[in-house]
Amino acid sequence: MALIEVRDLTLPNRIAGVSLTVFPGEMLGVIGPNGAGKSSLLQSLAGLLPAKGDIRFAGIPLHDLTSVDRARQIGFLPQFCDSAWALAIEEVVALGRLPWHDRDETAIRKAMQETGIEAMAKKQINRLSGGEQARTWLARVLAGTPRLILADEPVASLDLYYQGKIMHTLRQHASGEHSVILAIHDLALAARYCDRFCLLKQGRIHTFGSPETVLTEAALSDAFGVPIHADLTHSPPIILPAWTPP
Amino acid sequence: MKFSAIMKKPPPLSALLLPGLLAVFFLSLSIGSAPVPVLAGIFDWLTGQPGMSALVMGEIRLPRTLLALCVGAALGLSGAALQGLLRNPLADPSLTGASQGAALGAAFVFYFALLPGLGVFAPLLAGLIGAGLTLLLVLWLAGSGRPALLLLAGLAIASLSGAALAAVLNFAPNLFAMQELVFWLLGSVSERGMAHLAFLLPALVVGFVLIWWQRPLLAALSLGEQVATSLGLDVQRGGRIIVLGSAILVGSSVATAGNIGFVGLIAPHLARPLVQNRPDRLLLPAAVIGATLVLLADIIVRLMPPGREIRLGVLTALIGTPLFIRLIWKERREWL
Repeated sequence: MALIEVRDLTLPNRIAGVSLTVFPGEMLGVIGPNGAGKSSLLQSLAGLLPAKGDIRFAGIPLHDLTSVDRARQIGFLPQFCDSAWALAIEEVVALGRLPWHDRDETAIRKAMQETGIEAMAKKQINRLSGGEQARTWLARVLAGTPRLILADEPVASLDLYYQGKIMHTLRQHASGEHSVILAIHDLALAARYCDRFCLLKQGRIHTFGSPETVLTEAALSDAFGVPIHADLTHSPPIILPAWTPP
Repeated sequence: MKFSAIMKKPPPLSALLLPGLLAVFFLSLSIGSAPVPVLAGIFDWLTGQPGMSALVMGEIRLPRTLLALCVGAALGLSGAALQGLLRNPLADPSLTGASQGAALGAAFVFYFALLPGLGVFAPLLAGLIGAGLTLLLVLWLAGSGRPALLLLAGLAIASLSGAALAAVLNFAPNLFAMQELVFWLLGSVSERGMAHLAFLLPALVVGFVLIWWQRPLLAALSLGEQVATSLGLDVQRGGRIIVLGSAILVGSSVATAGNIGFVGLIAPHLARPLVQNRPDRLLLPAAVIGATLVLLADIIVRLMPPGREIRLGVLTALIGTPLFIRLIWKERREWL
């Protein structure tokens, strides 16, 4: 059975008639130009935007779930995170347990281990580098042990090392009964980690399917409006804009 | 498991807060123009024995001390809640517009000599009604907006109430009425009885319960509204409950004691290092520190040489403003 099944999802001026299915163990990459509706799609699935359409989570209509049940099943990692107060890392991660009304130390420690921040558990969040902070925000989501993680450009501002770290952690999560949907701009990086892709353009699905179907020069060039060179046979895959500099 | 289980045990430093409050409480009871044995006086008053010490304790010092304690706790608690809700360490309880509304309501009573049958309770009741009405206006203006919009709406309505208050002062019927009003606005806990306390206590309990109930939201809002919503919390509804609780606290304390500024701003700031900056755990320490600050300020008021008394609200503002400036200075350095 599909973990999440979306039918005809619509949000005025943002997304129009998006339908997609994600199966357990899958990692779905949502790609497309700025303003294509990637963030809106993720936020709608997280229950943050009032999109219309049929969303089923493990067969159950999403609006039949209470907000707490939804939060236990679906973890959301926003594009921009910050903490208003100088909290300790472990306290930030522990906030992920709020939907469960507990402080499950095992889950908190496991989340910190998976993201490699265990050693700095007592450090204050404002004293960390951008990469360490990004891993903390992800650990917060992991601590809630959701079946589905929605990650909105989790590697956007990170250096190459941390990009790999975060993608690797998300890939680890997307196995067995768990899945990940992530919005991402780095197509070559996405090609290495994602099982399937959803290419959006102006709020609609342009192409959906396997990397071989979606990451073609024709589809990408059309969606992004620039000539794009794509070579998936190369290791690692290469996807680059092919314009000539002036 | 209860929400409290998510929180770890408080550090030992915050364990000093309650003994500190207790010490200031007894100091406040023992200070006055005549030396009176504190415990014996309270005992006499409680057992209904006649005598000077029973009278001084029961009618003057105990109400004054308890009132200062309640007002300080209310201001500290509402400040901590609002700073958590707005994710801003510079938020102040007066931002809900409740204190200006309460002041305006009470001013109307002074001005038009309304509700004469209620005696000293007339400004109290009018203050609470004023706070309630301003709150309704603020909530209506903010609509279904986010907490940040509540702040703007509160500021707008607070300015409106402030302007109306200035008009009331402008057209005061006589100098005596104006003086009475101005002095009342400056804030004081003197010349009040147990009846004032009976009015303030229920409001304190209701406001406290409303805010305490929203601790998970305060914790989650550390990471912003989006994250709080994705964690299954109703940010809009919870935000309104926090604003309502704060307005009840602030409105009732302004109605009983006038404007006592800066306590709501400074108390959470002083409490924050004791709870590792956690907004949900800040509530009680901020209330205790607020109570201690107002008690201390009132002790200073009473220790001043006789003559024209400095009003409590003036003193807290005089002490609070430098602390506020220091806070801004520190914030500024963080950005350099």
